[in-house]
Amino acid sequence: MTRMMAIVEREMRKFFRSPTLMMVSMALPLVQLVILGNAFGGKIVGAQVGVVDYDHGSQALKVHEAFNAVAANIRTFTTTEYEDEQKAREDVRTGKLDAAVIIPRQYSRRVLAGDSPQIGLVVDNTDLTTSGGIEAEMQSLVDALNAPAIQPKVVQQIALEIVELYPYVEYMKYLLSGSIALAMYVAVMIGGGMLYIDDKARGVHEGYLVTPITKLELVLGLNLAGTVKAVMSGISLTMIGSLLAGLGSIFHPATDLLLLLLIVSTSIAFNGMMFLMMVRVEDPLVPRAIFGVLNTLLFFPSGAISPVKGFPSWLRAIAVVDPFTYAVHGFKAILLKDGGFDAIWMDLLFLFGFGIATLLIATPLFKRSL
Amino acid sequence: MNTGKPAMAISVENIVKRYGDFTAVDGITFHVDDGEIFGLLGPNGAGKSTLIRMMTTLTPATSGRAVVGGHDVAREPDAVRRTIGVIPQALTSDIDLTLEENLSIYAKLYEVPKAERERNINDLLEAVDLTKWRGAQTKTLSGGMRRRLEIARGLVHNPRIFFLDEPTTGLDPVSRVAVWEMLNHLKNTRNLTILLTTHYMDEADRLCDRIAIVDHGKLVALDSPMALKASVPGTNVVEAQFAQESAEWPARLKQLSGVTSVESQSAGMYRLLTSNGSLTTTQLVEMAVSSGNTLKSLSVQNTTLDDVFVHFTGRQLRDEQVKALGFVMPPRPGMQP
Repeated sequence: MTRMMAIVEREMRKFFRSPTLMMVSMALPLVQLVILGNAFGGKIVGAQVGVVDYDHGSQALKVHEAFNAVAANIRTFTTTEYEDEQKAREDVRTGKLDAAVIIPRQYSRRVLAGDSPQIGLVVDNTDLTTSGGIEAEMQSLVDALNAPAIQPKVVQQIALEIVELYPYVEYMKYLLSGSIALAMYVAVMIGGGMLYIDDKARGVHEGYLVTPITKLELVLGLNLAGTVKAVMSGISLTMIGSLLAGLGSIFHPATDLLLLLLIVSTSIAFNGMMFLMMVRVEDPLVPRAIFGVLNTLLFFPSGAISPVKGFPSWLRAIAVVDPFTYAVHGFKAILLKDGGFDAIWMDLLFLFGFGIATLLIATPLFKRSL
Repeated sequence: MNTGKPAMAISVENIVKRYGDFTAVDGITFHVDDGEIFGLLGPNGAGKSTLIRMMTTLTPATSGRAVVGGHDVAREPDAVRRTIGVIPQALTSDIDLTLEENLSIYAKLYEVPKAERERNINDLLEAVDLTKWRGAQTKTLSGGMRRRLEIARGLVHNPRIFFLDEPTTGLDPVSRVAVWEMLNHLKNTRNLTILLTTHYMDEADRLCDRIAIVDHGKLVALDSPMALKASVPGTNVVEAQFAQESAEWPARLKQLSGVTSVESQSAGMYRLLTSNGSLTTTQLVEMAVSSGNTLKSLSVQNTTLDDVFVHFTGRQLRDEQVKALGFVMPPRPGMQP
């Protein structure tokens, strides 16, 4: 035990003497949280829409008024008048406009006659987000135009009543769970994997191997130190990230306990995985080279950015064995839904089991000699 | 029963290490007595470090046997580890930790009790003259000071036998001498047996009671420095440089009385091994005058371990060093202390 704790002491002293290491391990997830959290999930504002009006009738005027209301209020788009449909289409193609609305001749007459009136919408669908935003806004605008002037007393259509369990979740809140897991992954890779291989290359391990320390003491010492570093990184990111995203759940002690359980289990899982991958590596370039690949391979399929249910089957298969998936699910269940232990026990079971299993595989692979 | 012979600290019997088809150590046998400073001398790649790694339990031997401190290295590695202190070739102390922390962590790895730990650290820092830097971070030390710290680290659990792999490589001459003095002092005060590897002739000559010359994984000579030097024909080395070179000079020099070998070097320089240095120098001056040649320089010295190495291997150690360095990859930034 003394020898194992000597390894932990050495690792922790080194860690605290290099505060940059801690900063670096949190910088990427924090930057990602702030940038992606603000970049995604927002509404489209200020799109340019050209309007070609061949009708100039009373109903076309209603359309113009509706456009003006959008420009003045929700500001999804502003309109520019065009005389020529060809010119408007060309401007959409060349990117000067995001969309063009065509009000055909006889539009007002067809509306009043109830004779299949149509408005054309030409969109630049290379940008799905903008075109989707404009299409949704135009659809609600058309629905409003279609609404009868006098509502019937008895509604005969089926209405869907949506009850949202939680307040509106901004994308930054959605992303926070992934960012916490990412911070722990970076701490494990930099503070564990890279330092471990660097120490090996510098001959530090050679110094350990001539002492009577056993293989198990050395492996457990290195892993315990790596886990502590990842836990500290996870706690820091949970606190800072929650404050940035405006989540107040961290102020409840019971929630904090569950979060701590998740952070510890995630750290053990990540550390075991990293140790298994690095146990036979000698070249210090290897962990640096695989850092980015692993990040992509583990972080993105986890559901941190978008839901796993939207993935193709092969990507879902990665998600099933990816410890990130369970960490992200667990953090979302606690931070966004206040789900309690019932919502995360499966995640905890997987993460603890994954960590222990990888460590059990890695220990016999660890070489006690050079 | 006391036989009058010193007890054996290290015994290596016909030890072999192979990496695939390459034989790094090829059937070496030697013994080191208690309290001895024993040197393994040889160029880079000779197999010295592999040999030391096998004795210190770091690398398993392919065949043969090593007994260190009375324990078989293959069968009782833990007992060997408790008996020995090891200083690897690279500087491996933690630069972010203080000197005291570096020593303390290693003392804990050897499970030295707390009271003894503190006493040992104090004594060792004093012995290596680093007491006033005990709280400083190791990164602030010079190379020589770091090497002294590593020597203290290797002794923090009071080992009987101390292994040092090229302890002064990369140090300036002043630091090297300081390390030599320290090792001698520690050996005497702590009754240590020391086994060190080196490719510095002067280091081996000055420090070691006995020297084993290793070349291409084989032991080519083993004796005290004095006896090794005496085994080389000729007791003096005379170096003479003539203004004009001539093809007949080597043959003429070899005919001088007492000269056993002549080695022609560049720019009219000749290196002669002779049993009578003063007579040979007189003859050289007379030869130069009589043939109208001019002696640009003339020096006489006793036989060195360089000559011993040339005698046993047929090559100069410094040539081997240059050759070996030609194949050494430059250190990767941050990877070398």
